[in-house]
Amino acid sequence: MKRIGWLVVFMIACAAAVTGPATAIEINVAVAANFTEAAKEIATAFEKKTGNKVLLSFGSSAQFYTQITQDAPFQVFLSADQERPEKAVAEGFAVADSRFTYAVGKLVLWSRDPKVVTGADTLKQGAFSKIAIANPAAAPYGAAAVETMKALNVYDALQPKIVQGNNIAQTFQFIDTGNAELGFVALSQVIERSEGSRWLVAGNLYSPIKQDAVLLKKGAGNEAAKAFMNFLKGPEAAAIEAKFGYGTPESN
Amino acid sequence: MLSLGELWPPIRLTLELAAITTTLLLIVGTPIAWWLARSKAVWKEAVAAVVALPLVLPPTVLGFYLLIFLGPDGPGGFLASFWGARTLAFTFEGLVIGSVIYSMPFVVQPIRNAFEAFGDRPLEAAATLRASPWDAFFSIALPLARPGIMTGAVLGFAHTVGEFGVVLMIGGNIPGKTKVLSIAIFDYVETLQWTPAHILSAGMLIFSFCVILTMMLLEKRLRRAGI
Repeated sequence: MKRIGWLVVFMIACAAAVTGPATAIEINVAVAANFTEAAKEIATAFEKKTGNKVLLSFGSSAQFYTQITQDAPFQVFLSADQERPEKAVAEGFAVADSRFTYAVGKLVLWSRDPKVVTGADTLKQGAFSKIAIANPAAAPYGAAAVETMKALNVYDALQPKIVQGNNIAQTFQFIDTGNAELGFVALSQVIERSEGSRWLVAGNLYSPIKQDAVLLKKGAGNEAAKAFMNFLKGPEAAAIEAKFGYGTPESN
Repeated sequence: MLSLGELWPPIRLTLELAAITTTLLLIVGTPIAWWLARSKAVWKEAVAAVVALPLVLPPTVLGFYLLIFLGPDGPGGFLASFWGARTLAFTFEGLVIGSVIYSMPFVVQPIRNAFEAFGDRPLEAAATLRASPWDAFFSIALPLARPGIMTGAVLGFAHTVGEFGVVLMIGGNIPGKTKVLSIAIFDYVETLQWTPAHILSAGMLIFSFCVILTMMLLEKRLRRAGI
């Protein structure tokens, strides 16, 4: 009996050590893969300012949306599109008036080989064996890539060469390992890399990638989650986004 | 709208991949199992451990290494350059290589167990009757190990059908080439197309149950027959 008593004390002590001081609130944020690097910096800045803890999960917007409909423990959803946050609101998974555009993404055709990408001509000539895009059904950057190829009338010709990453991060990994010579990724993924060759896809070839954030029902009563949403609207977050090549809704 | 026709290509591709992988594994795995069962080498358990690695490694580790191994910077890219390609990733052949590695322990282990189970006696008897080692292997060892070989084949086939992580990482989701059943299901779930996801998932469930049940009945019958 005595031994069990000590065990209980020990377990309570462990639990206390794990949960830590009660003041810091932890929030879970689902982040579209293209926003990974910017989200990390924004979260760090937010943590420094407020003392709260932000746990970021990265994946495709579709994957997160599916998980959110199945009661995933996220308080905030940073999607790569507007459609899914809108749907989350319509279907009652998110707080109605919380939705706003936090960033406008830009599409880049990128290769790690300095000679491969020269511009739209690269796509028209098609002198490559594999071109990587994100799964257009699951990732908005993939849909924008398809839109671009269709606008240039090269989609049908290139289709046999397309390989799909499950999200934009995996797409980048296909190109970065050289398995695909080139591919469509987010500007934010390559902006800090000087090597390779790139073409910033002309904005008139695809509809603007407006990325919306939404406060989920799980975060409705959570002060830290609301504060994070506000921080995302603020100048510090905007500066970080600009550094990673994102536009703002006004500038587009 | 869902057309049943679009469900068939991933199923066919998966069955092809599993059939080819199983055949290759029986050809490659049987000698390995034989060596593991008969060798007296001190380091043979180290080889056995390497073969068994995919049992415990996350598929992401295998997928990550394969992506580099098959790519232009690895031996796969060198091999592919012979026919003018630059990578073995995103190809059916690449998936076969991945599946052979990934399903290897499921084939080798039961066959090795079968070889070990009948001991030295039958082979010694064959030797006294002047059977050559090759003859003894084909006319004594292989028939005696039949239950193990069949178990290995069924397990290898089923495990390849159920493969997901490795294919996700090296496949590139190409319809008819690398978009296997598990990837198709993943796609449907991600895009909230519950109906085809349900059809394929339920099919997998029934298939897997049948495989395991068949295997258990098979083992029971073979054991009763005294083999």
